[in-house]
Amino acid sequence: MFRDPAALVLMLLAPFVLTIGLGFVTGRLGNSSSSGISNIRVLLVNQDQAQLGNALVQMFQSTDLNDLVDPVVMDDFASAQAQVDKNQASAAILVPAGFTSSIIPAGGETSTNTTVIPLRLYANPTDPTSVGVIKTLLADFLNRVETARVSGQVSIEQMLSSGIIQHAQAGSVGAELSQQLSISSQNTPTIPIQVQTGNVNSLKVDTLALLAPGMAMMFLMYTVTYGGRSLLTERNQGTLPRLLVSPTSSTQVLGGKVFGIFLTGLAQMLILILGTTLLFKLQWGDPLAVLVLITAAVAAATGWGLLLASIAKSTGQISSIGSALMLIFGLLGGSFFSLANLPAWAQSLAHISPNAWGMDGFTTLALGNGLSAILTPVLALLAMAVLLFTIAVLIINHRGFASV
Amino acid sequence: MSSILQASHLVKKFGNFAAVADISFEIEEGEIFSFLGPNGAGKTTTISILSTLIAATSGDAQIGGHSVTREPMSVRQLIGVVPQDLALYEDLSARENLNFWGEMYGLSGKALHQRVDEVLDLVGMTEKANQRVKTYSGGMKRRVNIGVGLLHRPRLLFMDEPTVGIDPQSRRAILDSVKALNQAGMTVLYTTHYMEEAQELSNRVAIIDHGQLIALGTQAELTRQVGETDTLVLHVGEEENLDVLVAALRAIPGVIKADRSDHAITVITPAAEEILAPAILQANAAGIKVRSVDIQEPNLESVFLNLTGRALRD
Repeated sequence: MFRDPAALVLMLLAPFVLTIGLGFVTGRLGNSSSSGISNIRVLLVNQDQAQLGNALVQMFQSTDLNDLVDPVVMDDFASAQAQVDKNQASAAILVPAGFTSSIIPAGGETSTNTTVIPLRLYANPTDPTSVGVIKTLLADFLNRVETARVSGQVSIEQMLSSGIIQHAQAGSVGAELSQQLSISSQNTPTIPIQVQTGNVNSLKVDTLALLAPGMAMMFLMYTVTYGGRSLLTERNQGTLPRLLVSPTSSTQVLGGKVFGIFLTGLAQMLILILGTTLLFKLQWGDPLAVLVLITAAVAAATGWGLLLASIAKSTGQISSIGSALMLIFGLLGGSFFSLANLPAWAQSLAHISPNAWGMDGFTTLALGNGLSAILTPVLALLAMAVLLFTIAVLIINHRGFASV
Repeated sequence: MSSILQASHLVKKFGNFAAVADISFEIEEGEIFSFLGPNGAGKTTTISILSTLIAATSGDAQIGGHSVTREPMSVRQLIGVVPQDLALYEDLSARENLNFWGEMYGLSGKALHQRVDEVLDLVGMTEKANQRVKTYSGGMKRRVNIGVGLLHRPRLLFMDEPTVGIDPQSRRAILDSVKALNQAGMTVLYTTHYMEEAQELSNRVAIIDHGQLIALGTQAELTRQVGETDTLVLHVGEEENLDVLVAALRAIPGVIKADRSDHAITVITPAAEEILAPAILQANAAGIKVRSVDIQEPNLESVFLNLTGRALRD
């Protein structure tokens, strides 16, 4: 490969050049500071006017989220919806009346008598990235609320069952607990997202950070296809049979080829990540998590490359199929646009590609999450790699390695 | 001399087609043993089995006391293979190719570099060793191809039609190097469809056709099979109705066999000078221009024609 200038250009330079182009388009090139997604306009209608509704509004108005969201409190949800429809805001959130009381029962009510009133989110469909950010913030808030609610219920029920309190006391104890909860929620600082990330100041959702991995994943498929093609090239130029009659086992030969493809893909990804970090100050996320993710993604892509090599009959065939796969996986996997724009069945189908899983992981990391948050995509990618390698080796053994 | 290779009832089938149909033979250490046969006879398939590239459908072979079916790794250490098709990395130089293949055979460090220099000198490629293989002529590539097979000093060298498609000068050089290797003690299994090569090089020849070994022995033993006969060769140009002439020649009294090959008609007869005139007359009658005539003593070509009814180069 290193004697093939065209391949070097496509594998290492092309994604880099593309990312530089994206930097121009997104206005990142030349700017020292990140100006990705910021000032997301969100409209808040708090009909609850109680502890949790107020806590939610305070969260959006907190200084920690100052650069990220631009909250506006309104009285009328219909007006808020209208503004979203006119593309004047990314989302509108309604905290219905009774939201707090449905979660923190008043005196005399037990958990079985209350139905939780849901929050309403009216999303702008043309701005899925910003809506995604709002959803993440809401989910975090609701997780904390749910945790507190369950803790409170358990406390009341445990005290009832253990006889610490009587039923007649449940109401007053519940009110006391809810007061403590409300004090706690008022005194607790704005729910810091950094609790998940551990870095209050660095949470930025960066358009380039979402697009760059998409391009990297797409070009990764080209790289592994080229690598798989090299197996057939070896057969055509006679060097594969010669390798197979040397005192080198076919496992070693195949393993060496696969490892070479893997290393090339890994180098490509690392060069892109390092370059964009140094040039554009992109925040890819936790370095260890990024390394784990790209290792898994390259492994899965290598599996696809080997599978192609096992079934293709000629180098021309593998080039054609590989190019098609590269584009299809790129489209399906979110390299060009967010999967949120696709129907549910398409989003599910997209996950046959390493691109979709890779994008899931990169998006999660870009939002400031750590290694544990990307466990699912990493495991999925590794499982994909194992499955594809197994199928490819079975096919190669069936056809005879010399016939590959 | 002891045997270095014993092949026993080798069979290789691809579906219903038997590319190798029950071949048994032995090669003595230190000899040049040739497989002579036309294209598609089964020579390369036999080499592929013996070199452990493909598995035989049935049968086995022992090389240096190791079974090709059960001990392929041990066999590979003993053999060198010069395949019919070039097997070199065109983007690498000759030296880089030899370094790579030497490492595949377990050579390394100073020993590898020394051996690479020796092999380059042996095949006459020292001067151009650092140029990329893609810049070489066909003959030069063939020489490097042979060099790769010699790197690890094999006991038995398989050479599968190493002179196909190259210029006469390079061909001469390759034949001379095979003889030199053999004189230095190397055992060679050489496959070819050129009778002259088999005659020049071989201690013993195995004639193979349609996957079967139809004759084996020294050249003298084989030519004795056709008895005291002559081979009359009529060299013709691009003609359309050679089959008509062949049929007519077969009808001439005294003609044992007749067949056509590349621009020639070969006739086996006890006395070539007696049928020469009738043969020319038949050619004139068929409107075929005879450019030249050879009368040869019994050779492997006539042996093949005698055994198969077909010319060697079909």
